[in-house]
This record gives sequence, C-alpha cells and structure tokens, in this order.
Amino acid sequence: MSEERKMLEGLSQQEYKWGFTTDVESDTVPPGLNEDVIRFISAKKGEPEWMLEFRLKAFAHWQTLEAPQWQKPEFPPIDYQAISYYSEPRKDQSTRKESLDEVDPTILEMYEKLGIPLTEQKRLQNVAVDAVFDSVSVATTHQEKLAEMGVIFMPISEAVKKHPDLVRAYLGKVVPYTDNFYAALNAAVFTDGSFVYVPKGLKCPMDLSTYFRINEANTGQFERTLIVCDDDASVTYLEGCTAPQRDENQLHAAVVELYAHNDATIKYSTVQNWYPGDEEGNGGIYNFVTKRGMCAGDRSRISWTQVETGSAITWKYPSCVLKGDDSVGEFYSVALTNRYQQADTGTKMIHLGKNTRSTVISKGISAGRADQTYRGLVSMGKKAHGARNFTQCDSMLLGDRCGAHTFPYIESANASAQVEHEATTTRIGDDQIFLCNQRGIKTEDAVSMIVNGFCKEVFSELPLEFAVEAEALLSVSLEGSVG
Amino acid sequence: MLKIENLHASVDGKEILKGISLEIAPGQVHAIMGPNGSGKSTLSQVLAGNENFEVTSGSITYQGSDLLELDVEKRALAGIFLAFQYPVEIPGISNEQFLQAAVNAARAERDESPLDAFDFAQLAREKMKMMKLDSDLLARPLNVGFSGGEKKRNECFQMAMLEPQFAILDETDSGLDIDALRVVADGVNALRDEKRSFLVITHYQRLLDYIVPDQVHVLAGGRIVKSGGKELALELDDKGYGWIEGLEADLSSQEATR
Repeated sequence: MSEERKMLEGLSQQEYKWGFTTDVESDTVPPGLNEDVIRFISAKKGEPEWMLEFRLKAFAHWQTLEAPQWQKPEFPPIDYQAISYYSEPRKDQSTRKESLDEVDPTILEMYEKLGIPLTEQKRLQNVAVDAVFDSVSVATTHQEKLAEMGVIFMPISEAVKKHPDLVRAYLGKVVPYTDNFYAALNAAVFTDGSFVYVPKGLKCPMDLSTYFRINEANTGQFERTLIVCDDDASVTYLEGCTAPQRDENQLHAAVVELYAHNDATIKYSTVQNWYPGDEEGNGGIYNFVTKRGMCAGDRSRISWTQVETGSAITWKYPSCVLKGDDSVGEFYSVALTNRYQQADTGTKMIHLGKNTRSTVISKGISAGRADQTYRGLVSMGKKAHGARNFTQCDSMLLGDRCGAHTFPYIESANASAQVEHEATTTRIGDDQIFLCNQRGIKTEDAVSMIVNGFCKEVFSELPLEFAVEAEALLSVSLEGSVG
Repeated sequence: MLKIENLHASVDGKEILKGISLEIAPGQVHAIMGPNGSGKSTLSQVLAGNENFEVTSGSITYQGSDLLELDVEKRALAGIFLAFQYPVEIPGISNEQFLQAAVNAARAERDESPLDAFDFAQLAREKMKMMKLDSDLLARPLNVGFSGGEKKRNECFQMAMLEPQFAILDETDSGLDIDALRVVADGVNALRDEKRSFLVITHYQRLLDYIVPDQVHVLAGGRIVKSGGKELALELDDKGYGWIEGLEADLSSQEATR
C-alpha cells in the first residue's frame, strides 16, 4: 500500500458529524405492525375516520405484496415486525405546541447543533422550517406570516384536521398506495411530514423547508410530504435530514407528492445526509423513498434537485409525470457513495402531454468500496407530440474498488418525440493528483476541487445556502477517497 | 541549490537511473540531453517526487536539506517546479481556479495572505501576455482541448505565476514551432536571476540557442556520460547520438575493469 493510499484511507475514516443522539424521553410503541398499531397512530394524531380508512386499506394492500428484489443494492431481508412505527418525544408533546417556548429545550438545542435554529431570535429569515423529530413535527417557523398570504405550511397531521378537504383531494393522487411496496407501507403508517398549499397566482415569498431527524433507536421514519401549487403559483422547497450513529440499520420510507396546476412551478431540493454506516459498513439508514411530481396543468414545471451523500442504501427515483401540455420536468442529481454505501437512484420522466420537455442531469461519484447505480426511465406516450428529453449521466470513480452502473430505459410510442442520452465515466487519476500536488495543492483540496467541478451543473440549481452546504458536505464525505 | 549524488532509481523493479551525480549552483541553468529512454524524464519525475519511481540509493540535497524526505506537495512548496512533458487534463477545474489554488498555497506557505480574485486576474493577465496566451484560456478547463503548444506555454505561464526557486523543464520544447519556442525561451530568460536555477531537459540543441545553459550534461543508459559547456550541445548536434553510444560503451568497460 502506497503512503498516499494510507493517508487517504486514514482520512476517509472521517467521523459523521451529525451522529450524536439527543437524550429525550420518548413514547415509543413496541415493535410490530398490525391493524392495532395503525389505529393507535391514527388515534394519537386525532385523525378523522376517512384517514384511518385510507391507512387500513393501504395496510391490507401491503400485506398482499412482496418486497421488490430488482434493485442492485443487496441487503438482508427487513423484519417489519422488529421496527417500531411510532415514537414521539414525551414531555407533554402529545399535543403540538402553539408556541416554541413550550418545545422541549433539549430538542431546540439539538436543531441548533444541526445548524437549524428554530427560536424566534435566531431562525433563518428567508426560510420557513418545519422540524420533524422521529414521528412528529416539533416546530414550524414563520407559519403565521405565510398564512396571511394564504400559504398553508404545516405538519401534515395538522393539515388532515384543519384542511381535510384539501388533503383528501390530493393525498395518494400522485403516489397511490398501490404504487409500490414501500409506498403502501408508508400510506399505512406515515406519522408526519409537511403539507404545503400555495394559492392561485402567488409566488411563495420565502423558501419552505423541512428538516427530518431520526433520533430514537429501532424506529422507522415514515414521513409524507404533499405539496400543491395552484394555477400560476410557485414555491421552492428544501429538505434536509440527519440521524444519529447507530450500529443497526434503520428504515426511512418516505413518500413525497408534488402537484402542479396550470402554469405552476415547484422546485424541490434535497440534501440527504442520513447516517451512512461505519467504515466497515455496519449500521446506517436504508433510505427507500418514493418521490413523484405531477405536472397536471399546462405549462407547469417541476424540478427535483438532490444531493445524496448519506444513507447505507439509497433507493429512489424522484420522477415527473408530464401530463399538461408544454409542461417541464427536471432532475438534477449528485449522488456520492463512499465506504460500503450503495445507491440505486435516478428518475422517471413520463411524457404524456404535447410538447412536454424534460432534462436529466445525473452525477454519480463512487469511492471506497461503494457501489452506485443510475437507473432512469424516459417514456414518451402516444400523445406526447413534439416531446423532448435530454439526459446526461456522468459517473466518476475514485480508487479501484468501487463500482458505477447505468441502466437507462427509453420507451417511445410517438415518432415525433426526441430523446437524447449522453453518458461518461471518468476517474480521478493519480496523474491528476500528482499534477495538483506538484503545484503545491493538497490532495484533499485537489479531490474536492475536481469533484465540485464535476458537480457544478447540479450545484448551480441549488438555492445558495444549500449549495454551500452541499459543497462542504461533499468535501467531508469524500476526504481521502482517492487510492 | 541542488546536489545529486550517485542517484539510482527504478520503476516497477527496473533500474532506470544508474548513478547520477550533478550539482547545480544558484542562478545556473543546466541542460540535460540524451536519446529516448536514457532516463531524462525519470530524473525529472524523481526530482518532483513521483512515487511511481523508487529511489534505491544515492541522495538529493536541496537548499541544504534532504529532498527525498519531502513529499510532492512539500517539494513544490519549497520552490521546486516541474513543467510537464505531457500536461494532464483536468475537466471541471478551470485553468484559473487551478492556478489560483496553487498560487495561494504557495503564498500560505510564505505566511502571505491569499491573492483576491482581482489581484490574481491582474497578475495573470500580465504573465499571459508575456507567454502570448489568450486570456480566454483562463476560463477553460485545465488543459482540456488545449493545443500542444498551448499546453506547453500554459506550463510556462504557471511557472511565471509561481516564481519557483528551481524549475525543471521536461522537454518543454518538443512539439513547439520556432515562434512558440522563442516565446517559451523568453519566458524562461525573464525569470533567470542570480538565485533561481533551471534544469532544462531537451532532445534538441535548438532550444539551447535561446536558453543559453551554463552546463550541458549528456545522459545515456541512466548515467551522465559527458558534461561540458554550452558548446557540448553543438558537438552533440553535429555528431549525433551514435557518438554517445560509443561514450556509454567506454564508460561500461571502464567500470567492468575497475
């Protein structure tokens, strides 16, 4: 082993900074999944009857399903009876606090430590944050200000009660519980998440954001996010997440649904940094998420931007259904896997309407012994006259023990549709590092510069605060991965 | 400045340098000439600290300290610069970003504050003019799509920006037309002073018409077979490398009888 490699391997043992646990007393249901657990969750949330029915139907359907096996990442079968499906911080948190003063200070401190201050004096000025801790939303900032303008931004459990008609009209419309195994499971047991509704003609004046934190051991997090933009409205939504360092794997199976009416624009950005497991590949989050946006209206636009650096396994395909004529779908992704991380990610662009357009820019970086797959579908429907897609899919390999795979699926039922696919694979070479070193640039700075350069098309799509965070995150996750 | 004593180096177990001794005083320009495969590039890589080359015996003293103790980056920060024979491409990093990182790493080493974008751009424009490089080249990814001549002139531009103590030019002249050759030579000559030393590795005598060396060494079979003044380059040009093979054979037989 060369000196350089030794140094690099040392560096790649970099600690996961967000791995601390917060000492909060929690009410956690015993592990196991059955109708009673679902009734318990529903009762805890004080849900109306229709919501419970939705859950029970989803559960009944889920029981008929087998877990899918077609993915590239390998993992032992998950024992769904060993997971606890509900956990909430105790300390009188059973009812949501109207004021932040009543939120457990330990939790506020934890969010501050994560860089998400929630208190009045410190909270981010131009971003409204919904903070989800295990199964419940603990705080939402700037809520009143948004409400004045007609924007609804609240935990979905609250929206079910306060805006039942809206939630009922859209929940499961884009991702029905019959969609897939994990979507069915989520529909049955989802605990919290955010609900956003932007009324006609309004450009949401501030970015909305949810910060997810898994704290309790042996719990799964099943959040559900629903964002609806009415005619000519627009919103930018940011999602961040971390989890403590634990030896066992934890399941995170979320569903995100976006619905855009005529001329509406939804921009959804994720910086995913769940605990990736230790250097031997023990522990870490299984991030199995269904994200889909419906461009229902004409000229609507949905854009996904994701930076995926965490999780032991990431398995998701944020997708767009381009139903409205002239609607636009975009997917910008940076996925980085190091150590023993695995990722199977990509997107689906389903073109149904006329002159629909989609762009897919995917940048995959593999280091250590990680394995990464891009899997994408571009489908041109019969009526998708003049539809166009451009896909660019680039992989970068660091070292010689990682893998990168690409599975692009293209289906076209319309002769006037155009599909373009470009793909490259590159490697950070020893000669490139040597050149940088010879000019006095440290190896880790060189790697970070090269990788950030590789990702810049995607980073430029992120909101500024996120772009800075993403670059920093990438450097930390990558340090010393060239061998 | 630099003292090499009985240097042996090998790559993949094969010995390439078989006992090189060389001393370069501050302010001097030494030229190394020799046929393909004689070890010229190996010498430059060993001096820069490329780990693919293993130093099996001998020593290199640079400014009074043991150079072999330092890794690549430390050598660079100590003022050693290598103008590469084949500059590698780095997509995604602009020429400017790369050079700014390099210049600021050198400044940090000297406890100087980093150059801001404005000062850097001003300095870069000045030096690019000297190397007759279009300033558009700054925004382009490092070496990607550069012509052969642009790559070589860009190496010299980097050298001018970094102002090293000891610069190695590894066949910087190969592939350059006569005009570009003059530009490169002018760039080097502008940097010559009583403190800065150069090791110019070349195949052809031509470059030495413009960069006039203090000493010329002829390398063959991993050894310096002849050293002399600048006229040695002319003699070599006149007699060809066949003459060298004779010298090399003489040297080997001398050793055998010793």
